Amino acid sequence: MSATAEMPVLAKPAVLRITPPPRWVALPLGELWAYRELLYFFVWRDIKIRYKQTAIGAAWAILQPFLTMVVFSLFFGRLAHIPSNGLPYPIFYYSALLPWMYFAAALQNATNTIVENQRLITKVYFPRLALPLSAVASGLVDFGISFAMFVAMMAYYRIRPGAAVLWLPAFLLLAVLTALGVGLWLSALNAIYRDVRYVLPFLVQFWMFASPVAYPSSLVPEKWRWLYGLNPMAGVIEGFRWSLVGQGAPPGRLLLVSAAVVVVVFLSGAAYFQKMETTIADVV
Amino acid sequence: MSEAVIKVEGMGKRYRVGERERYYALRDVLTRALTAPFRRNGQRRPADYLWALRDVSFDIQQGEVVGLIGRNGSGKTTLLKILSRITRPTAGFAEVHGRVGSLLEVGTGFHPELTGRENVYLSGAVLGMRKAEINRKFDEIVAFSGVERFLDTALKHFSTGMQMRLAFSVAAHLEPEILLVDEVLAVGDLEFQKKCLGKMEDVSKGGRTIVFVSHQMNQIRRLCQRVLWIDAGQVRRDGPAEPVIGAYEQSSLAATHTERRESSSHESVWFSGWEVVRRRGGESNSVSEGSEPVSIRVRVCNQQSIQRGKATAFIYDGRGVLVSGWSFDSFQLSPGNHEVFLTFSNLPLRPGAYNVIFSIYDDHGGQHYWTLAPPLIIEGTAVTHFMDEWAGVLNIPCSLECRQIEFSTRGN
Repeated sequence: MSATAEMPVLAKPAVLRITPPPRWVALPLGELWAYRELLYFFVWRDIKIRYKQTAIGAAWAILQPFLTMVVFSLFFGRLAHIPSNGLPYPIFYYSALLPWMYFAAALQNATNTIVENQRLITKVYFPRLALPLSAVASGLVDFGISFAMFVAMMAYYRIRPGAAVLWLPAFLLLAVLTALGVGLWLSALNAIYRDVRYVLPFLVQFWMFASPVAYPSSLVPEKWRWLYGLNPMAGVIEGFRWSLVGQGAPPGRLLLVSAAVVVVVFLSGAAYFQKMETTIADVV
Repeated sequence: MSEAVIKVEGMGKRYRVGERERYYALRDVLTRALTAPFRRNGQRRPADYLWALRDVSFDIQQGEVVGLIGRNGSGKTTLLKILSRITRPTAGFAEVHGRVGSLLEVGTGFHPELTGRENVYLSGAVLGMRKAEINRKFDEIVAFSGVERFLDTALKHFSTGMQMRLAFSVAAHLEPEILLVDEVLAVGDLEFQKKCLGKMEDVSKGGRTIVFVSHQMNQIRRLCQRVLWIDAGQVRRDGPAEPVIGAYEQSSLAATHTERRESSSHESVWFSGWEVVRRRGGESNSVSEGSEPVSIRVRVCNQQSIQRGKATAFIYDGRGVLVSGWSFDSFQLSPGNHEVFLTFSNLPLRPGAYNVIFSIYDDHGGQHYWTLAPPLIIEGTAVTHFMDEWAGVLNIPCSLECRQIEFSTRGN
């Protein structure tokens, strides 16, 4: 015997029992931890590949939200005079596009990840959860780059964030969990029903209009505001605006509803995904 | 001395027929749901299932190198996929003790846009290596592959052969306690294949357990002590390599020749059996040592006297290639039962199963022939090329030697 200097990655050194799939599968957190290096490699691969053979590379991470911001500022702001609650339009839109762009990209990547890694799934074992997880995680790098742009814009407009900015990671986490929860559902569904692929662009588009990206949520009548919170991204985006530019009241009730919805979506998504995992290699 | 590292019990895997088609469209599910109420109760079509594996049980001990053989679609790969946890069984269970590595294809995890270097890391991680482990083995992996110069080139610019070499090098440096391999050696150029086979032998000598699927009987013979023959999802035979391989080859030969005519009753000549004449015991249709004289006895029943007849014998190998043929003029046979002896001074054929066709021509030119059943088995060890397709049909020992000669410039 040679070769056991390093700790085993695959399986546990103890007995591994391979049985027919049980009805419910627990979240394999321990296994995910054992496979954390693979998770890291998946993220690393996604990032490496994303801007390969592009002329300006990661600058796209800034250009995409920036150009969208310019268009929004022109049409929704200057022409349609949508209220921005006293903020400069670029700041108003960019602060919402930050989480939104991250969310949209993460959701799309997570949804397609099972189908895109079909060959891998049918040829080697690893916790399948690693795929949507890494898809959602790798988007954070783009988020970081576009966030740097936002810092520059804040400096330009001489806006100083208040203490509320400390809440930002919480809102970001909410966005990550939303993308992951919905992504888990859609990626597993996409493995069986390729229709998901065609539905997704519409879903993302509708979802954007159902979120306060292009308008402030104050446009939504007060008594419907809680219902609006059923869309977790509403809470996330309002949270971003509030924590970054300290504008408006903290999104209290809205946020609570959003957080509750996210927890439900995430847990059900994880359960469905785990259920699917046992047969995914046969179906995908 | 050792305990079972793989224990499979009552394992079954059922697929829904058609499930392996590309994917469902939502429409199908909707129409099915909509029409369901109009179908008669309990009239769901039953026979939509296929058992790719059924009631498979076996144990594999630590350090064993086990070959899995069987026809395409017999369930070998499904078995490997279950053992490597890619898919779940429908029935039964398996217990695996130790770290499992599976090589079901070459280049798992490779991405064409990444460089050779990046792909080594990615593929290594996908196959279950830790980053530190890859770091440590990196130079060795690269040296083994022989593509050092292109390490920082995107993989898509590699030739297929180079991709394969790099991929296999990563795989070959995987050091699990149990290695599951699915016919991945059948790639790359010859020299490299040889290297891989050598590496596999090293691995098996290191005391690790290997389960190895191949259609190349030479590879199986060379690597495995024990062979499991999977047929239609079940273990048909399980035992020491040579007899199981022999039985498998015999069955596949028989399957290809079932349409061959047996001598029919209205003929004047028919054949009732045959065996190898031997001094020692053993199976009656096998030759244990091809370098020694071999005598085959064919029992013939003849009704009409043959005075100016002829006889021929042909030997075909498992792929239907004619190995050799003989003809005998002025063949005579009186009416009655006979034993006809075909004696070869030697039969230096590669181990395997062979079809022997023996014919008798009567005085009127009528042909009576028989494909000896069961087929002839040649035992022993193959000494020729390690790849089936380059080994030919003969099994002639050959050695290689180099002698330096003094080079003289004097000429004219």
